[in-house]
Amino acid sequence: MKTDDIDTKYSEKLYELSYDAANMCVQCGYCLPVCPTYLTMGNEAQSPRGRINLVKMAAEGKIDIINDLKEPMDLCLGCRACEVACPVNVPYGDIYGAALNVIAEKEKATKSPPTMSDKLLQTMLKNLFPKKNRLRTAGSFLWFYQSTGLSKITQNTKIVEMVSKPMGQFERALPKVESPTKRYKFGEHYKAVGERKMIVAFFPGCIMDAVMSKINRQSIELLQKCGIEVVIPQNITCCGALHSHQGEVDATKKLAKQNIEAFEELGVTYLINNAGGCGAMLHEYDKLLADEPEWKNRANKFVDRSRDITEVLAEIDDIPYEKEWQGVITYQDSCHLRNVQGVVDPPRKLLKSVPGATFVEMKNSHLCCASGGIYNLLNFEESMEILDEKMLHAIKTEASTIVTTNPGCLLQMRLGIERSGVKNNMQGLHLIEVIAEACGIN
Amino acid sequence: MNRPSTDELINLIEQEIPKERVLRNLADRYSYSYDASFGEYLPDLVVQALTKEEVSFIIKLANEHRIPVYPRGSATSLSGGSLAVNGGIMLDMSQFEKKLMIDQENLLAIASASVITSEIHEAAENVGLFYPPDPSSSHVSTIGGNILENSSGPKGLKYGTTKEYVIGLEVVTPTGEIIRTGGKTVKNVTGYDLTRLIVGSEGTLGVVTEAIIRLIPKPEDRKTLLASFDSLINSGKAITNILASGILPSAMELMDNACIVAVENYIPSGLPIEAEAIIIIEVDGHKSAIQEEIDKCAEVCERFNATSVKVAKNELEREQIWKSRRMVSPAITQIGPTKISEDATVPRSKIPEMMEKLSEIREKYKLNLVVFGHAGDGNLHPNILTDKRNIEEMKRVEEAVSEIFEAAIELGGTLSGEHGIGTLKAPYMSLELGEDGLMMMQKIKEAWDPNNILNPGKIFPQEGQTKVVLI
Repeated sequence: MKTDDIDTKYSEKLYELSYDAANMCVQCGYCLPVCPTYLTMGNEAQSPRGRINLVKMAAEGKIDIINDLKEPMDLCLGCRACEVACPVNVPYGDIYGAALNVIAEKEKATKSPPTMSDKLLQTMLKNLFPKKNRLRTAGSFLWFYQSTGLSKITQNTKIVEMVSKPMGQFERALPKVESPTKRYKFGEHYKAVGERKMIVAFFPGCIMDAVMSKINRQSIELLQKCGIEVVIPQNITCCGALHSHQGEVDATKKLAKQNIEAFEELGVTYLINNAGGCGAMLHEYDKLLADEPEWKNRANKFVDRSRDITEVLAEIDDIPYEKEWQGVITYQDSCHLRNVQGVVDPPRKLLKSVPGATFVEMKNSHLCCASGGIYNLLNFEESMEILDEKMLHAIKTEASTIVTTNPGCLLQMRLGIERSGVKNNMQGLHLIEVIAEACGIN
Repeated sequence: MNRPSTDELINLIEQEIPKERVLRNLADRYSYSYDASFGEYLPDLVVQALTKEEVSFIIKLANEHRIPVYPRGSATSLSGGSLAVNGGIMLDMSQFEKKLMIDQENLLAIASASVITSEIHEAAENVGLFYPPDPSSSHVSTIGGNILENSSGPKGLKYGTTKEYVIGLEVVTPTGEIIRTGGKTVKNVTGYDLTRLIVGSEGTLGVVTEAIIRLIPKPEDRKTLLASFDSLINSGKAITNILASGILPSAMELMDNACIVAVENYIPSGLPIEAEAIIIIEVDGHKSAIQEEIDKCAEVCERFNATSVKVAKNELEREQIWKSRRMVSPAITQIGPTKISEDATVPRSKIPEMMEKLSEIREKYKLNLVVFGHAGDGNLHPNILTDKRNIEEMKRVEEAVSEIFEAAIELGGTLSGEHGIGTLKAPYMSLELGEDGLMMMQKIKEAWDPNNILNPGKIFPQEGQTKVVLI
C-alpha cells in the first residue's frame, strides 16, 4: 500500500467511527471553562471543542492522524467534564476513544519505531495489568522495598529521580504498601457482621489490588461491618481502562468479557468497586461491546449492577462509627466517578456524616487533578501545572485531609501535597480509609 | 506591495513575542479556523497577545505589510465575527492579561478584554450591583467579544443592550495606535461618541483591550410565570398588552410549537405539546411591586385566552420554567446536526406577523424551521436545522435565510438584534441601510483602516454579492 492509501484508509475509519458524533458539536464553546488542559494551556487545540474539530478534520483527511491529531489527543486527560457541560450531549468519550483507537492502529501499521516508553507501556499493558499474580508480586516487592528501609536510601540519594523525574516524584508519594500476609483471597466469601442485608461481589482492580490492597481490605471489612456479605470473584481481572486509553480496543474487550463472565457466575446483587476510573470503565462495557449482539444483554445487565462503593454506603443510615475524626476534610472528585458515573453527592454525604470531621468544599473540586490514568507519567509537566493550581485551592480550605475515590487521583494528590511543601499539615487519603478508620477498622 | 511569506512574518513577530505564543502548526491553525457559526477559514498563523503593546505591535506590523488580522475572544460568535476569511493573522485575545476592578463609588466595572462576562456578573453581584447584559454564552464569552459584537441576551427589553453600559474603552486602532474613548463619567458629550461607534463594530474598527462598564443596583427580587396559548396571535397580543399596561418585565421569552415539541421529546417536563406558543415572563424590582406586577401579567394573559398560566411559587419552580427555555437549543439540535441560528428582529407589535411569515417560509421550503426568542424586544431566533452534507437542502436553506432577512426588514425591523452581521448577513446590508447609508459606514471603515487589514470580509458585502452562500 502506498502512504496515501494508508492515510485514506485510516481517515476513512475515523470518519466511520466518529464523524456523526463529532458533527453533533455546534462549537458553542460551553466546554471551554471546564476543561483543565484548556484552562492551563490556553490553546484551543487543547480544548474539547478544538479536539472534536481536529477529529473531524482528520476524518475529512485535512490533517494527518499522527502528525497533527496525535499530540492533542494524547494531551487530553479523558476526564470527560466536557460531556457534562455540553448542552447538546456530544458523546466526547466515544469520539476520544475512536481517535485513540485509530491513532494506535495507524502507528502500528506504519511501523513508526516505538520509543522506549511506548515499548515499556505495551509490555505492561499486555503482561502486567491483566495478570493479577504478577502484579501482586510486584506489589510484594514494593512492600519489601519500603519495609526494609531500602526506599529511604533511594529517596535520600534521589537515585530514581535521576533515572526519571516523574517516577522519582511518584515513588516518594506512594502510600505504604501493606504486608502481603494481610491480603484477601480471590474466590473467598467474607460474611456479614450481624444480620445479612445483601450479598455483593467486590471488584479489586489491578493497581488497587497490587499496591493499595489495604484500601481493598478495608472496603471489604467496612461492607461486612455494615451487614453486607462480600465475594471476591475468582476470575475477575483488570477493568481495561488503561488499555482503552491507549486505543487497545481488542485487548479491552477481552478483559471486559472475562469480567462479565466472572461476575455472572456468582448471581449476586451488585458488583462494587472503589476506584472511580475502573468503575467508569465497567460502567461503559455496554458501549464497548455494542457491536457484538451476543454480548448485548449480558453487558447491559453487568452495567446495571455496577456500583461505586460510596453509592452503596451512602444508602446505609447506621454506619457503625466508633471514633471521632479530627480536623477539616476536603474532597477532590474523581472525574470518572463524577462525569461518567454521575456520582457527585454520595461521597460528600458520607464525609459529612463522619463524627467530629468538618467538611469544606474546595473551589473547583469538580475540575480534574490531571492524574488521568497514566497521563501524569506520560505528560508530566502538563499534569503538574494543573496539579499545582489545584493545590492552591486545597490549601485555602485549611484541610488536614484531602480525600479522593480513585487510586490515580490519590497518588496525584499525595504528590501535590509533597510538591507544595505542606506534608506536615496535610495527608491524602482514599475515602474508604477515612470511613473505615472512623469505624474502628485499621 | 508583496505580502511577506509566513516564515518571514513569523521571524518579524518573534522579535517581540515569544514563540510559544506564535502558533503555526496545522492543528493549531485549524483550531482557530471556526467559531459557533457556519464556516471554516484557515488562518496562516495564530498570535496570542497578552498586552496592549503586543496588540499594537502586531497590528502595526500587519498594517505595514498589508496582512489581515482577526481579533478573537472565545469565538462563541454566531455570525462568523472572528473567522479568518482572507487568511492572515488570528489574534487570540482570550489569553490577554486579566484585570477586573469594581469601582463601587462610581458604580463602574473596569475590565480587560479577556475577562469572561459572567465574572463581571459575579463580581458586581458580590457588592450588590448588577451588570444586566447576559448573552447565553456569558460564562464562556469574553467581555471584549461581547462589546465588539454588542451581544446582549434576554434582558434587553427592560435594561437595554451592551452598548448602553459601555461608557469608556481602550482600543488599538487598525493602524496600531492605542487610544481611549469616553471615560468614567455617565455624562460625556465631548466630540464624536467613538465608544458607541466601536461597540458593535465587530472588530473592524479596533481591538478592544479594556472597557469601563456602568453598573446599576441589583434588583431586590423577581417573579416568573409561564403561559400557554393555542393561538400565536393571542400570545403576541398578550405581550403587547402587558407592555401597554405600564409594566416593564425584565424578560419576555417566546417558544413556538415546534420548540415545545422538541423540548418535550428531548426531556419531558410537562409542557403543553398542543399549544401553539408559550411565553415566559419575568419581572424584577421591589418585593411588593413585583407581586402586583406578576398578578397583572397573569391577568392579561388570561384575558387573551391563555390556556394555562402558572406563576412560580419558589426558586425551584422558577428554575423549572427557565429550564424549559434553556433546553430549546439542545433539544432542537436533535432534529439535525447543522444549526443555522438567526436573530432577525422586528418592532414588537409586528411579532405575530413575523411569526406568520416564518411559518410560510417553513412550508414553502419544507425545512425544519423553529422559532424562539426574546419576544419582549422583538428579537426572534428563527433556527433552521439541517445537515450541511445534504447539498440540495442547503440550497433551499439559502433561499429561506434570504427571505427571513427580507421579511424582517419589510416589517420595519433589522437584520440582527444581537448576533451581528459577520459574514452571513453582509449581502443584505444595503437592503436595510440603503446604498447611501451603507456607503457612509464604508467611509468610516476606510478612514479608520485605510489598508483594510482589520477583520476584513465582515459587515460589508463583497463586490456583486447579493445573497448568502452557504455551500
